[in-house]
Amino acid sequence: MNIFKFLVSVIFLIYCFSSNLKAKNLEIEITKNLRCLICQGQSVYDSDSEFANSLKILVEKKLNEGLDEKQIYDYLKNKYGDWILYDPGFSKNTYFLWLLPILMFVFGGAIILRKVILKKKKL
Amino acid sequence: MKTKIFPIFFIFTFSIIFFVFYKGLQNTNIYTPEIKSEIKIPNFDTKEFFSKNKINSDQIFIGSDYYLLNIWASWCVPCKEEHKYLMDLSEKENIKIIGQNYKDNFDNAKNFLINLDNPYDLIFLDNDGTIAIEWGAYGVPETFLIRNNLIIKKIIGPLNEKLLFEIKELTQ
Repeated sequence: MNIFKFLVSVIFLIYCFSSNLKAKNLEIEITKNLRCLICQGQSVYDSDSEFANSLKILVEKKLNEGLDEKQIYDYLKNKYGDWILYDPGFSKNTYFLWLLPILMFVFGGAIILRKVILKKKKL
Repeated sequence: MKTKIFPIFFIFTFSIIFFVFYKGLQNTNIYTPEIKSEIKIPNFDTKEFFSKNKINSDQIFIGSDYYLLNIWASWCVPCKEEHKYLMDLSEKENIKIIGQNYKDNFDNAKNFLINLDNPYDLIFLDNDGTIAIEWGAYGVPETFLIRNNLIIKKIIGPLNEKLLFEIKELTQ
């Protein structure tokens, strides 16, 4: 009986610890993808400013309320705009941002190809 | 001739660079993207400053009156600068000034109000700063003009003569 009790308590402890750890990891992951708007080049996770600290508490609160990662991003995007996310989603505000590198790649490739073809023709 | 052009060009270039950087120093380094101008105000639970009674935001922003929400703290120096403008606005009848006490010590905040006078019709507490996030605020001081549960104007940083005039124009 004693062994049984011991086992149950151990399993219970492990369960508590691991679920707690999981929640903490998600919180860290989310705050790492949030830009600290009043700092320069820092994520909310890295920063210790008043703004970042409040945001960390808020993210924890929202997670406890049962919101998932995407809902929290949407919530903050609503308040602060896309700028708060390091990884903004594809929308009509951001399509230029996402497509520009591809366009540049295609354009650059076209220029190189043209030069190569011209050179071959000359030879 | 060639030797004269070079120093002139050199000085000219550097004075332009100096001018650009000097101007850049005065700019605020907070980048604020354009957000839809009229946003619905958030809903939150908080406590009243003096009585510590629980209060919901629905009980604060009622009807179609003009409300001016001011986020402040006793430790915030620009808040002292803008205080006289809030006092000025508190004399206007059709605008209610609501204070949000941001991450502050109660005694310090009370002394702040005793020393500089109290322009607020009501003050509520925001001890961990999460309500400021709900508003989409960056820090202190920040001011929101509200009507019909919509944010009409958002002011980041302290009020000044020009903004005071603008607020008065908007609430005519």
